[in-house]
Amino acid sequence: MANRLDEGIDSAGLGVRRGLAFVAPALVLIGVFLVFPALWTLYIGITNYQLTGPAAANPRVVGLDNVLTAVHDPLFTNSVWLTALFVLFSAVIGQNALGFGLAWLLRSANPWLRRTIEGLVLLSWILPGTVVAFLWFAVLSRDTGTLGLLLGSPETSWLVEYPMTSLIIFNVWRGTAFSMLLYTSALAAVPPSQLETARLVGASGWQTVRDVVFPHIRGHVLTNTLLISLWTANDFTPFLLTSGGPNHRSEVLPVLIYRQALEGGELGYASAMSLLLLLGNLVIALVYLRLLRRRA
Amino acid sequence: MRRTTGFGLLAVCGLLAGCLGQSQEGDHARNADAKEITLTIVANAAAGGKNARGANWLQNWVIPKFTEQQKAKGVTATIRFEQNGTGDEDYKTKVALDLKTGGGGDIIEIDGIWLGEFAQAGQIKPLGEVVGDTDWDGWNQIPKAVQGLGEFESKRYGVPMGTDGRVLFFNKKLFTQAGLPSDWQPRSWQDVLDAGARLKTLPGIYPIQLNAGTAMGEATTMQGVLPALAGTGKPIYDNGKWQGDSAGLKDVLGLYRKIYGGGLGDPVLQQEANGRQRSFQLFSENKIGILLESDYFWRSVVEPKNGVAKMADRDTAVGWALVPARQAGAGVGGQDFVSMSGGGVRVINPNTKYPKQAWEFLKFLNSKEAVKESLAGTAQTTQRQDVNDEVLRGDPMLTFIAEKVLPITRYRPGLANYPKVSAALQQATADIVSGKTPDDAARAYREALAKAVGEQNIG
Repeated sequence: MANRLDEGIDSAGLGVRRGLAFVAPALVLIGVFLVFPALWTLYIGITNYQLTGPAAANPRVVGLDNVLTAVHDPLFTNSVWLTALFVLFSAVIGQNALGFGLAWLLRSANPWLRRTIEGLVLLSWILPGTVVAFLWFAVLSRDTGTLGLLLGSPETSWLVEYPMTSLIIFNVWRGTAFSMLLYTSALAAVPPSQLETARLVGASGWQTVRDVVFPHIRGHVLTNTLLISLWTANDFTPFLLTSGGPNHRSEVLPVLIYRQALEGGELGYASAMSLLLLLGNLVIALVYLRLLRRRA
Repeated sequence: MRRTTGFGLLAVCGLLAGCLGQSQEGDHARNADAKEITLTIVANAAAGGKNARGANWLQNWVIPKFTEQQKAKGVTATIRFEQNGTGDEDYKTKVALDLKTGGGGDIIEIDGIWLGEFAQAGQIKPLGEVVGDTDWDGWNQIPKAVQGLGEFESKRYGVPMGTDGRVLFFNKKLFTQAGLPSDWQPRSWQDVLDAGARLKTLPGIYPIQLNAGTAMGEATTMQGVLPALAGTGKPIYDNGKWQGDSAGLKDVLGLYRKIYGGGLGDPVLQQEANGRQRSFQLFSENKIGILLESDYFWRSVVEPKNGVAKMADRDTAVGWALVPARQAGAGVGGQDFVSMSGGGVRVINPNTKYPKQAWEFLKFLNSKEAVKESLAGTAQTTQRQDVNDEVLRGDPMLTFIAEKVLPITRYRPGLANYPKVSAALQQATADIVSGKTPDDAARAYREALAKAVGEQNIG
């Protein structure tokens, strides 16, 4: 039994001890920078720890009070709802559809057109968040904002009047590149002979996508959706654009947690909320994994 | 294996528990005779940006002078100036995090109103505990009320940096166009609203800017709710109780409603992420008629040379008037006019390596020579009476603050709960701006207040 185990895990022939020595530095790093903070967050989440004031000097353990308060806090439920909208429209629908659409259309496009478009889409993905936020601010702000000038309504402050819509469009723009790249490579895996056959029997574009392409890339779709959903749910860029405002109308969970923790000083409460966000992420991940397994 | 994991977890938890709420005790004579010292001063000021005058003063005058002075005593001093140029809330968060993790500068400039929270958290300590002997002839020059800015529960934590007062600033050019007098002095809220209605006839301007909403943070409370509330007769904290959804508070919210629901102010601006900055810009571009601000606005915002929203014709174009109570005699203490004041405080980090030298540096920062120099030829109500006597005469606005405003002003309660109450007040105005009725907003405020300070502490 022990022998078989050794053979199983010791494929490099180093011996388990030496193998462990090799991974130890990585494990230490993970422990210090990932496991320790995570456990600490869990611990703070059950206290009334604050940034300043008496509870900063002598925090008390309050058990699950924070979690219960959060569940009944209208700000929290509002935030969960906004996060769900944000993920659904900007990631699951927006980035997926646009990313696939671009990959599908660019398949047969002339190479320089294809590269130019891919380059532009990628640019929005690789620019630093603060730079991008500043650019969008310039586009969407009032009086001198580009969008207002183009549409002839310089009075509209888009980020204030349509905060969630602005954020969703922003995030589609920002994140589509990943979906596009992933689908481009996934589409390359669809056998050309099958596409040709579909064309010969007179299948329409949509029929081809549904009956020929999709069965091949189903796994890619799920993986892509999983990744972009999680990234979007945890994305902090909305803070740079609207700071959660106006009046909490764009306060997605990461922004709410930040504001509660650092602006409100409620470190314990915010930690409890981040635990809930983590649980939410886990649930999303489990659903996708279940779907993936069903395919197999 | 499982048992080891269990022990590991237990050990980690123990370690974690030790991390919360720790604080470091030090001996105030440590390194008292060091020949080489390094001190860092942290301020929300940046050369060429926010509070540029303060930043220039620190960098170009204080640091060289103090280094020279120390050199004469045979001490090599390296003074660092950590610049910040951000919103007050962000700056506070940063300082709190610095202090919490045992870091931060040796001397830190903070808003007097944060003193209570920091002190209760043990992040700052009474001056005597940090540096020992706090005797200083400068104390005689700082008026008692101003010294109070640096005190919490009657213990002295730091040295105040001066104070300010709040008035209504107005654009005389717009007033002339609208046929309003350039020596305008409203005697009631209605007078202000009437002037707003007149200004509204001018195209493309917002008549009144009364800070509202959460995006402006403390500026909403200090330049909006609190002066208005003082005009209804009762301050926010009175006889050990916080004011709930009283008639006075509803009046204040009603005033907001009249301004932002009636087209006298711009509701969108209040909700923008950089609304306050923008309101300054708009005022300097002659697009805002009346704006409630502290004399900071005069000194650092529309100031023609170094202001963040310069107005070349400030001296002729900007007028000021006392903030009226709801109606004559309705203000706190039966006053006709009201104001609120605050001010910064410099504290010494309890974790400093050089407490004695930090205190010496702090005294130097507050010496007559230094305070006078900090004004760079302009005027400001400083902490020192001897300096004020000399410099205020030259500036009509600041003379007005010193003579007319400071005698009637009020200070915020220096309690650790204050920031939470302030946040609830900001939220109430945000509710009004986004269309709620004063009654609904007041009810929501009352709930938030009960959560923040406890039902038994509401009067």
